[in-house]
Amino acid sequence: MTCFTASTDTDPMMQMSVNREFEGPKVPPPSPRTLADLKEGASGIIDRLDLPEDVARRLMELGFLPGHVVVPARSAPGGEPRVYRVDGSEVALRRETAARLILRPPSQGAGRNLKS
Amino acid sequence: MSDCHSCGSCAVAAPLPKLSKGTRSHVVAIIGPPNSGKSTLFNRLTGLRQKVANFPGVTVEQRVGRARTAGDRDITLIDLPGVYSLNPRSEDEQVTHDVLKGEMKDAPKPDAVLLILDSTNLGRHLVLAAPILSLQLPTLVILNMADDLAHRGGNVDTAELASQLGAPVALISATKGDGVEKVFQFIVGTAGGTTSLAAPKVELPVLQDIPRCRQWAHQVGTGAAYQAPAPPLWTRRLDAVFLHPVAGPLIFLAVVAGVFQTIFSGAKPLMDGLQALIEHASQWVGSSLPEGIFRSLVVDGIGHGVGSVIVFLPQILLLFLFIGILEDSGYLARAALIADRTMAKFGLQGKSFIPLLSAYACAVPAIMATRTIESKRDRLATILIAPLMTCSARLPVYTLVIAAFIHERPLLGPLLGTQAGALLGLYALGFLAAIVTARLLKSSILKSERTPFMLEMPPYRLPTLRSLGLRLVDRSKVFLRRAGTVILAVTMVLWVLLHLPLHDGKPPEIEHSFAGMIGHTVEPAIKPLGFNWKIGIGLISSLAAREVIVGTLGTIYGVEDTGDNSVGLRQRLQSELTPAGAVALLIFFAFAMQCMSTIAVVRRETGGWKWPAIQFAYMTFLAYLGALITNQVLRSGLLT
Repeated sequence: MTCFTASTDTDPMMQMSVNREFEGPKVPPPSPRTLADLKEGASGIIDRLDLPEDVARRLMELGFLPGHVVVPARSAPGGEPRVYRVDGSEVALRRETAARLILRPPSQGAGRNLKS
Repeated sequence: MSDCHSCGSCAVAAPLPKLSKGTRSHVVAIIGPPNSGKSTLFNRLTGLRQKVANFPGVTVEQRVGRARTAGDRDITLIDLPGVYSLNPRSEDEQVTHDVLKGEMKDAPKPDAVLLILDSTNLGRHLVLAAPILSLQLPTLVILNMADDLAHRGGNVDTAELASQLGAPVALISATKGDGVEKVFQFIVGTAGGTTSLAAPKVELPVLQDIPRCRQWAHQVGTGAAYQAPAPPLWTRRLDAVFLHPVAGPLIFLAVVAGVFQTIFSGAKPLMDGLQALIEHASQWVGSSLPEGIFRSLVVDGIGHGVGSVIVFLPQILLLFLFIGILEDSGYLARAALIADRTMAKFGLQGKSFIPLLSAYACAVPAIMATRTIESKRDRLATILIAPLMTCSARLPVYTLVIAAFIHERPLLGPLLGTQAGALLGLYALGFLAAIVTARLLKSSILKSERTPFMLEMPPYRLPTLRSLGLRLVDRSKVFLRRAGTVILAVTMVLWVLLHLPLHDGKPPEIEHSFAGMIGHTVEPAIKPLGFNWKIGIGLISSLAAREVIVGTLGTIYGVEDTGDNSVGLRQRLQSELTPAGAVALLIFFAFAMQCMSTIAVVRRETGGWKWPAIQFAYMTFLAYLGALITNQVLRSGLLT
């Protein structure tokens, strides 16, 4: 599976050809940074919302708050919009919006999770 | 005349309860986030004693009802729009904010508040408690879905929560009715002036700071030993099917096809029964009246005119029943999700799908439902295309013409016949016209940045008979009211026009009546479409409302067929129209904007005559052109 990252501008074609030539030790993919990078069922912790204030507020009201755990669930046919499980509810977002929700690096793993 | 006499969910723009003689009505507002069960509770508390009204001057609708309490105190309940916060950004939130603060013109400040929250998602829903409690009104915090909470292993200490919040708390199930008596007790108590707010144990947070509010809610929830329930397993199982990449869209299409087949064939016995009943009644009334002009008015005018429209009530109710089930079960949100990518291609978004789907029932509530779309341009585009969706008023016209001209044969085994297939085709045509128009609008005058799509997926729930029943009762009232006013008036005027001018004290041949003259005047314009002057009269009268054409033709043929040799509307139509003309008529009705109520509601929602005028011109042009091409192509095709 290819992992598309909205933040890097590496040419995927180039990467593929490189991988084909050198069958040696594979470089691990860059760690997921935005919600759009998370695979279905994986979980991430929101760090910040890189969006205009009114949109960010609306998302925060829906549960997308810094520190909250988000788990991507099913999507519409074609991969988007995708349903995200957050703060006890399920909210559907398009990929373009999910790509603006920045996640905490995995090392900081267990952040403050408000759900008891 | 009210703006929207035609539609169930908007009914009459009735004034809000004001100071009545003597005692002022005790006003209780119901507020809660979307999907918290607000409407279910409202239905539970008011039953049939409710109506939908509009706040004066704004487009936000509200439902008002009287509480079913014992005693003589007049208690008014107001169901406010579902909101997540009181920060006034959208129009819904502004209205909710203004009403609760008593800043709404012509709306009384509530004497008490019922704050309804979903107990299965208390952490997030409690956030709304902060701004509501800071209003310092007597408030009952209602934790709904108690059955679901218990079933999924969640728990909350209501007594402790009450002391944390400084407000009484009731754990209820609005669908089952468990605990609703506590809500009644609270309402009656506040009416007697016995309830007051205590100081909350946990100090209220700064309302503008959402993370702080969420933290406060968490602190309160923990204090009340709130145990969040296990995830809704059934919802996940159903989503695995309904949102399956392959099965999901297929199921969606199967549901739609099934709905159309049921509307067409399932309603038939009911409609036949109703038809027989109306004919019997009409004959009975006719035989008990003396021969003469009055009897002709009653039997030919009213009987045939209004009667031929009322027959379609079962069909329209079935359609509303299906839409009600889709909406109440939570499936509609999934349909919007599936539709988002397609809608995005046409410049709209998945949220536009919900109003468009309800436009299948009626464009008026659909246009009002566009309020949930945040982007002004997306909203306007949705308003402009909504009347192209096939509303239920087109159903009588479609059914009549299809039944008269299309032979029933199986098309897809038992699932779909040719008649239902033709109907489905017309629905698809309306949808196609709508999205192509949207594309045109969004790539020209309404061009805008793509707005983010955010839609909460509610858990699947079994629709309750109560709420479905209330929808149908509401819809029947509206339909019959319309049959008794607009359609009755039009058919009576028509009957008079058909009987004047008198020749030697006798009514003229229809050809030479005023109505006939009007029909003949417009005939040159509609002849290329394959319509004769009688259809012309029908088209003019249907400017009031689409289904009036059925009543009009019923009256014309009723007057023509003096004596008892009257044949059904269907057979008469077969002799009036060529097959090409019949298809052209269907196409005309698919596109034309013949509905005064829709024009009125578009004017109100867009704040002027500009958009309804453009819309009317565009749709009439589309209808004329479509019918012209259809008739000419089919006719030449049939001749060669």
